[in-house]
Amino acid sequence: MSKIYVYGDNVDTDVIIPARYLNDPSEKALASHCMEDIDANYASTVEPGDIIVGGANFGCGSSREHAPLAIKASGAKCVIAASFARIFYRNAINIGLPIMECPEASANIKAGDQVSVDFATGVITDETTGRQFQAAPFPAFIDRIIQSGGLMESLKARGLAK
Amino acid sequence: MGMTMTQKIFAAHAGLDHVEVGQLIEAKLDLVLGNDITAPVAISQFEKYGLTQVFDREKVAIVLDHSTPCKDIQSAQLCKVARDFARQHHITHFYDVGTVGVEHALLPEQGLTVPGDLIIGADSHTCTYGAVGAFSTGVGSTDMAAGMATGLNWFKVPPTIKVNLTGSFRPFVSGKDVILHLIGMIGVDGALYKSLEFAGEGVKALTMDDRFTIANMAIEAGAKNGIFPVDEQTLAYLKGRTDREPVIYEADPDAVYEQEITIDLSTLESTVALPHLPGNAKTIGEVKGMAIDQVVIGSCTNGRISDMRAAAAILKGRKVADGIRCIVLPATQEIIKEMIAEGIYQDMLEAGCAISTPTCGPCLGGHMGCMCAGEVAVSTTNRNFVGRMGHVDSKVILASPTVAAASAVKGCLADPAEL
Repeated sequence: MSKIYVYGDNVDTDVIIPARYLNDPSEKALASHCMEDIDANYASTVEPGDIIVGGANFGCGSSREHAPLAIKASGAKCVIAASFARIFYRNAINIGLPIMECPEASANIKAGDQVSVDFATGVITDETTGRQFQAAPFPAFIDRIIQSGGLMESLKARGLAK
Repeated sequence: MGMTMTQKIFAAHAGLDHVEVGQLIEAKLDLVLGNDITAPVAISQFEKYGLTQVFDREKVAIVLDHSTPCKDIQSAQLCKVARDFARQHHITHFYDVGTVGVEHALLPEQGLTVPGDLIIGADSHTCTYGAVGAFSTGVGSTDMAAGMATGLNWFKVPPTIKVNLTGSFRPFVSGKDVILHLIGMIGVDGALYKSLEFAGEGVKALTMDDRFTIANMAIEAGAKNGIFPVDEQTLAYLKGRTDREPVIYEADPDAVYEQEITIDLSTLESTVALPHLPGNAKTIGEVKGMAIDQVVIGSCTNGRISDMRAAAAILKGRKVADGIRCIVLPATQEIIKEMIAEGIYQDMLEAGCAISTPTCGPCLGGHMGCMCAGEVAVSTTNRNFVGRMGHVDSKVILASPTVAAASAVKGCLADPAEL
């Protein structure tokens, strides 16, 4: 089970990782400032396996891949949201940060709940309330990228990278 | 069933006769772009996977525009990574301090974006090139790395919202007001995963610079791209900039649109977006008089020559109000030259503006205009998120060049029609 960080709609990539920290793209630096402008306590309290729950349009704004990289490096296991901004959606898939699109889970999971997720089935379980939610499945083409471990790994599998 | 402009460009680049909304395709790329923040991350992926060659050195553009001239030692290191890569791979379209401009003003100006192209860029405002009838969209650094290596990328064919434009502008109203009004109507996720296709008689009333501004901010409505039909103005703009033949795609009469919106340009007033979302649109009459500290005129949204002319026409013979800092960022070196030739540069200097070399700097709170807690800017940039221009407790109001210039003169958020 995982601890939950709940944020609202339109969480933008400027609050996920402010531009003033983009001059050091190392994982450690990105993780240490992750979510800083929306939740100053996130980086110091997040533990491996925790989950971020957002509302609609999660990850809107800048194309900075530093945003999903920061979340991944912070130790969060996945992001659940009602919907994702499209560049963030691509970036998360491309770098292997698990994301789950599920408006019902986004609307019903509350801060402090304990949640478990099953990536294979897309089932999200709020262990505190006992409610289960079904995330939207990925198209087969995108699922192949996810299963490969990201875009570069999928290119490697096709012999297009080493 | 007919296809939209975006569907036709995708079909042509995927080697298919027809593509359907929702279809996943792999398509050939005409240009892959990165900047000094995103390219180093892409380069690190490229090298990590043992890639040694870009697919076509003429079809990669690396533009060092975000933190340049370098704001700190770490930014200088990132620029060096991008510079070394560009040299090693003999990247034709590499722009460094001295030739660089803000990428989405620079690439069209240099003729690198041509109607019918399929372009990706590791910068969200890559959607700007829809103004010339290209499909272009923002991606992340890993997509850039894969694109540089293979010349290919995957796309999901988006549904399209058609935006019919009618009429023509009143004085002081421009492309920025159209896009802020539209985002205000449909919301910051109103076009999520979708294409915005602009059409109608009103398109003729828009200058190319208006179209660049509108397409630039399609992303702020969540859109995958924003695209304009190619007309005489587009072809005139291309003249002398490129030898490549434009490929003109027109939407089929029976193309399917998910939604149609009509905007009568003659009804639009100067429009601003209040903190902290580009969708918080208000007409200037509703909010004029708000206190401000800083004015920024420039960026990939509004740093072109028309924007400079519109702002300078207001600033000429007037002074920036006491207590206001007015920072002007012409987006390219060519624009600076034009400003000097037209006397605009002098007019702005005399008014008390600080005029910068081209850089993205203040737009993203990088440098050249960061704000501290409690400060407010009126800015012609594209985002007003929390902390966007500096401190988490600073605020940005998005506006057109005429509103920004009028606000600089009046010392508060002001209506240019009332000066």
